[in-house]
Amino acid sequence: MCLAVPGKIVEITDTGDIAFRVGKVDFGGIRKEINLAYTPEAEVGKYVLVHVGFAISVIDEEEAQRVFKLLEEMGAVQEELGEIPQ
Amino acid sequence: MADVKTFNLSCPVPRVADDRIVLAHGGGGRLTHQLIEKIFIPAFANDALEQRHDGAVIPVAGARLAFTTDSFVVRPLIFPGGNIGDLAVNGTVNDLAMCGARPFYLSAGFILEEGLEMETLRTVVTSMKDAAAKANVKLVTGDTKVVDKGKGDGIFINTSGIGVIEGFPGLAKEARPFDKLGAGSGAPPLPREEDRVVPHVSPILRDVGIGPWSVQPGDAVIVSGDLGRHGIAILSVREGLEFESPILSDCANVWPAVEALLHAGIDIHCLRDLTRGGLATTLNEIASDRNVCIKLEEALIPVNETVQGACEILGLDPLYVANEGRFAVFVPAAQVEAALSVLKKVEVSQGAARVGKVEETPGHTVVLQSRIGGNRVVDMLSGEQLPRIC
Amino acid sequence: MKFLSEYRDPKLAEQLAAAIRKKVTRPWTIMEICGGQTHTIVKSGLEDLLPREITLVHGPGCPVCVTPIELIDKAVAIAKRPDAIFCSFGDMLRVPGSSKSLFDAKAEGADVRIVYSPLDALKLAKSNPDKQVAFFAVGFETTAPANAMAAWQADREGVENFSLLVSHVLVPPAMEALLSSDNCVVKGFLAAGHVCTVMGFEEYFPIAEKYKVPIVVTGFEPLDLLEGIHMVVCQLEEARHEVENQYVRAVRREGNRPAQKTITEVFEISPRQWRGLGEIPASGFQLRGRFQKYDANRRFPYSGEPAQESPDCISGMILQGLKKPHECPAFAVKCTPENPLGAPMVSSEGACAAYYHYGRRQNVQPELSSPASR
Repeated sequence: MCLAVPGKIVEITDTGDIAFRVGKVDFGGIRKEINLAYTPEAEVGKYVLVHVGFAISVIDEEEAQRVFKLLEEMGAVQEELGEIPQ
Repeated sequence: MADVKTFNLSCPVPRVADDRIVLAHGGGGRLTHQLIEKIFIPAFANDALEQRHDGAVIPVAGARLAFTTDSFVVRPLIFPGGNIGDLAVNGTVNDLAMCGARPFYLSAGFILEEGLEMETLRTVVTSMKDAAAKANVKLVTGDTKVVDKGKGDGIFINTSGIGVIEGFPGLAKEARPFDKLGAGSGAPPLPREEDRVVPHVSPILRDVGIGPWSVQPGDAVIVSGDLGRHGIAILSVREGLEFESPILSDCANVWPAVEALLHAGIDIHCLRDLTRGGLATTLNEIASDRNVCIKLEEALIPVNETVQGACEILGLDPLYVANEGRFAVFVPAAQVEAALSVLKKVEVSQGAARVGKVEETPGHTVVLQSRIGGNRVVDMLSGEQLPRIC
Repeated sequence: MKFLSEYRDPKLAEQLAAAIRKKVTRPWTIMEICGGQTHTIVKSGLEDLLPREITLVHGPGCPVCVTPIELIDKAVAIAKRPDAIFCSFGDMLRVPGSSKSLFDAKAEGADVRIVYSPLDALKLAKSNPDKQVAFFAVGFETTAPANAMAAWQADREGVENFSLLVSHVLVPPAMEALLSSDNCVVKGFLAAGHVCTVMGFEEYFPIAEKYKVPIVVTGFEPLDLLEGIHMVVCQLEEARHEVENQYVRAVRREGNRPAQKTITEVFEISPRQWRGLGEIPASGFQLRGRFQKYDANRRFPYSGEPAQESPDCISGMILQGLKKPHECPAFAVKCTPENPLGAPMVSSEGACAAYYHYGRRQNVQPELSSPASR
């Protein structure tokens, strides 16, 4: 039960009560109002993972690069060993 | 307090309710087809009807006329990019275009619900006037009925249209062999009786040549523009979605694009407009009618980024989302570049792209090669696609 | 779309697939827990890229599929009340109960509405004070923080005409139930990435240790799944059984603390029926303390007929990965998406529906060429 989509926070409305903290999140051009109660560290410009109208995690942009770095290294090693990927 | 926008369902569970009509029967998917096959075609059986194409091509006093009808029951009546009036005119004009016919005249029947605001009706009718003028068609006859409050969705419109198939270089001069399955040299094998969905092709339509019966293995499949705008535009109202730049329905008259193809002498095998049920449904109909495999490449299918975003958050597949001003065209592979070049010069089809090809097997199937290279079958929808969270 | 599209890159996918092919030396059966992962696997044809030695089985990761039939019947009963508005995620609408689904109820005049968020249901309650607004709170732990917040806000704002019909299920107990069964064929797990986003992955260490299975917390895009599979295969080939995290951009070991806090305030762990699997102890959530007043189960006592499953549905075996959908005699014959006999044929994540729509039917597969089979 897991459809969660990453989106960028473009605006935050703080009412003082964290439970009611909401933000406008942009998903590739479409914007929805999302509850930010569970990501108190989220700021405008950050990406969050959104599930049923709630942000459940802030995307770690550095970690997001990990798989690409790994594949780059793998590719380099493969080239060294003379195994060029098809 | 503002009312929460909830999804306004237009099609519930696709149960095989043999004794009653369910909303799914109007969804354009499997149940609609079953209804047509089981109730309508047996009752009205004739050559023209059995072509199962968007419109009927019929001989009248030496002319080749195309004749079509369509009813419009959209909710909300007014949406970003248009309203039910635009749909009513363009939808029927497009069905005529799909027969290769120049649209000329429309009729319009209105069923109005008691209590409908006059201003709404005025807006709708003005849109129809503008759309008709733009399409160069005249609305020459009509009818109006009013039903009790609660018995209609504001407005229902039926439009019927007449067009003429003119002598374009792109139209087949001789009858196309129906059963040429690309088997190579020698006489093509006759299809087995049990494989045929369409019992035969009438001489009139075989003459015109534009229809599912002309689709051949080796043909390329082109769509006239990006997918899913109309469905998302409608959903954006129902769901209360906001857009940075709003998604407008792609509702438009596609005859200029078809005319351009015909003028250029492109050997058009088939035209079919994409409406409810999306590209997937349209292609399944053709693959099924013709017993071929249509192979799509996901990477080639054009979808606007914002439409994609809406599909992502609602859990929808753009292949099944409704379109209104888009069509698919089947041409021989050798003519793809020429066809695309023609289409891109016309405003309504400037986003045209090749999305796939026709193969012989597996028959009755649409297959998609995903971006990462895996394959999956693109099935017909049972009911309507629902948003999901899972 | 950022953080989505780049994880669908075909060249990188092939690179990961090649790495898997290179590493594998013998057959392994791997289970992905979450329905969303099943969806991606089937939709992208991911299995075509994998070597034949890898068999993916689709686990009970679809809360829709495992919601007990009794609850569907209760939902339908509430929906049919003239004073009720019944709200649900789209996923639940077509699931068959003993005699009908929520969709059927809607066709017969019940006020059933699809909502995107539980807060939408709460808004409906506030704007319809003369109606009882009930929300079908279905889901894994991923959805619990949202449902908990709806109850929490309702309590804070004194909304009384709101209730939740709770059908939350928890992943680790389900995994344990699977692993402790004699029939278990699964050698490694792709744990549900979004569940772990909320709950963290501490709970998996004892499981990995006790049953000696590798568990890799995995995301939902093709590259995530391929990387997750690669990590499981490496562990299997190297005879390790650890807990690893593939979905590092979203999941931290401790999970989301504020979300967990709200969950424990509103819910407590309870035994739960899993449709097709039976009762699993301590595998669900129920409302606790002052939030019990929002329990739709209590508010609307049920007096309908006892629940009855279709005798032909073997969903239990499908959910445990013991049979594939096309091995069920009713599959695509008596049981189709138009006429589903059990939940896995309805939910788009259900293994049976996924197979039906995306064509792992026997007659189609041999004809599709794929890179891995070349």
